[in-house]
Amino acid sequence: MNAIDKTTATETPRSRYSAGVMEYRKMGYWEPDYEPKDTDVIALFRVTPQDGVDPIEASAAVAGESSTATWTVVWTDRLTAHDKYRAKCYRVDPVPNAPGQWFAYIAYDLDLFENGSIANLSASIIGNVFGFKPLKALRLEDMRLPVAYVKTFDGPATGIVVERERLDKFGRPLLGATVKPKLGLSGRNYGRVVYEALKGGLDFTKDDENINSQPFMHWRDRFLYCMEAVNKAQAQTGEIKGTYLNVTAATMEDMYERAEFAKSLGSSIVMIDLIIGYTAIQSMAKWARRNDMILHLHRAGHSTYTRQKNHGVSFRVITKWMRLAGVDHIHAGTVVGKLEGDPHTTRGYYDLCREDFVPQNLAHGIFFDQPWASTRKLMPVASGGIHAGQMHQLIDLLGEDVVLQFGGGTIGHPMGIQAGATANRVALECMILARNEGRDIVHEGPEILQQAARHCLPLKQALETWKDVTFNYTSTDTPDFVPQATAAE
Amino acid sequence: MRLTQGAFSFLPDLTDQQITRQVQYCIDNGWAVNIEFTDDPHPRNSYWELWGQPMFDVRDAAGVMFELNECRKAHKGQHYIRVSAFDSTHTWESLRLSFITDRPADEPGFTLERQEVEGRSIRYTTRAYAANRPEGARY
Repeated sequence: MNAIDKTTATETPRSRYSAGVMEYRKMGYWEPDYEPKDTDVIALFRVTPQDGVDPIEASAAVAGESSTATWTVVWTDRLTAHDKYRAKCYRVDPVPNAPGQWFAYIAYDLDLFENGSIANLSASIIGNVFGFKPLKALRLEDMRLPVAYVKTFDGPATGIVVERERLDKFGRPLLGATVKPKLGLSGRNYGRVVYEALKGGLDFTKDDENINSQPFMHWRDRFLYCMEAVNKAQAQTGEIKGTYLNVTAATMEDMYERAEFAKSLGSSIVMIDLIIGYTAIQSMAKWARRNDMILHLHRAGHSTYTRQKNHGVSFRVITKWMRLAGVDHIHAGTVVGKLEGDPHTTRGYYDLCREDFVPQNLAHGIFFDQPWASTRKLMPVASGGIHAGQMHQLIDLLGEDVVLQFGGGTIGHPMGIQAGATANRVALECMILARNEGRDIVHEGPEILQQAARHCLPLKQALETWKDVTFNYTSTDTPDFVPQATAAE
Repeated sequence: MRLTQGAFSFLPDLTDQQITRQVQYCIDNGWAVNIEFTDDPHPRNSYWELWGQPMFDVRDAAGVMFELNECRKAHKGQHYIRVSAFDSTHTWESLRLSFITDRPADEPGFTLERQEVEGRSIRYTTRAYAANRPEGARY
């Protein structure tokens, strides 16, 4: 434990509420003896106080500003059950190997939050407090969401199990690809890419985050041509196919209109971007549930606040909020691909998506036991700079309940899109077969792929084209508790 | 065409030794292995005919392979046969693996029917060529 001062001033009600300014720690926001209740929401913040600001006072201020406090004493507190409504900072630890940073544990009574509302939860927890002047920086690292609160949310509209049942695909990761180039294709050309990729062996294709309705392609044209492609590929293969039609738009009315059109055309899945906001996401999740639709979430924008360790919101918190909010797919990292993703931290996100109970695991960045109380499972999506030659690593790191999306790794194949898709599908199937047979795929993976490539020319070409391309950079968002190499391995 | 339902349809047809290993993998995970067959390969045909019940208590893949061979004697050539594994674990309670073991020698595939409706919308229907004939006489 730390050696910092754990004392708290006891105030009489009279002195506590005399007008003026008082330290937050003396106003009841610092309670080192507090035992969090099973029903409390707990938030863990990384607090970087301004120079000269006491870490306990800073942490108490975070508790105050994210619950009932304002900068000065207000007598109207005494009209309320204020002891209950005050958030209580009960523990402050120094962050290992990070001088000047502190982990503050803060408990919030359940009554502070509206049932089933991420908007309300986030308005408190990441509301005013992030701009509070006495702090240099602040990061929401993790939250313990009590079962009592989890149960007020619907959770994923479909969930992994029902998605698999609907798609009739079991025992292997799903395969997808984002249509490239992401901007500029006409509707007709765009549908061509979808058709080739699905016929070649992918389960899904995907609109990119910024493909909405631009001068080169109206959204209705995209939807019409894409559904022609999906249905044709389905008939060519006898297998269920889908394409994530991005319904992200300027207003809810526009999004509903686009989603309804996707439904009328028989699409099994629609897509939204994280930047539409928590309320819009929850609205679309409810729409998806009412309309038997799978809801894909592209985490566009998250890195603006998740990536740097000293300030913002950790992606593990966003993952938890999104499982509550009710999306079915969420991009959660590839480890080996082109986008940020430390292997241990990423594993933490995947567990939060897929497990019914996630135990504390500091090495994975999981600070609290998190019960999900049978909330449906959220399918993680691995997308960005991955290719068939990494199949053994991807399956080893990410497991089988994941969508592996090879965009460039499909469309960039030298023999064309169908060949690229086939290469990925054969690589996937041979690796799952080998894993189930008990083979050590991490070490034998390259050999297993070469063996499969003997009966599959497209796979042979893919392996030759991308060889051992990997994006090997040091991650910025890494766990604090285990010293380790963080480059993708 | 080649029907690509199931986990391993892009690989060459599995040998009995390969099937046995997959079955044993399922059994070792505590899943109940099941054999099904159909001559209606439509992608939305969820309910293939059961060859007996899921083998909840069979602990050795040989037992499943015996039943698979019995099923083959009755249906090989005229039907698709698949092996599936059910996991009864809480919060899953569904299939964990499913793959085709046998398929008809000739797979004529599907036709895609388009009905032009309002606007430029099209209603699509996928129909197996084989489904034009009565059940049991399709392949």
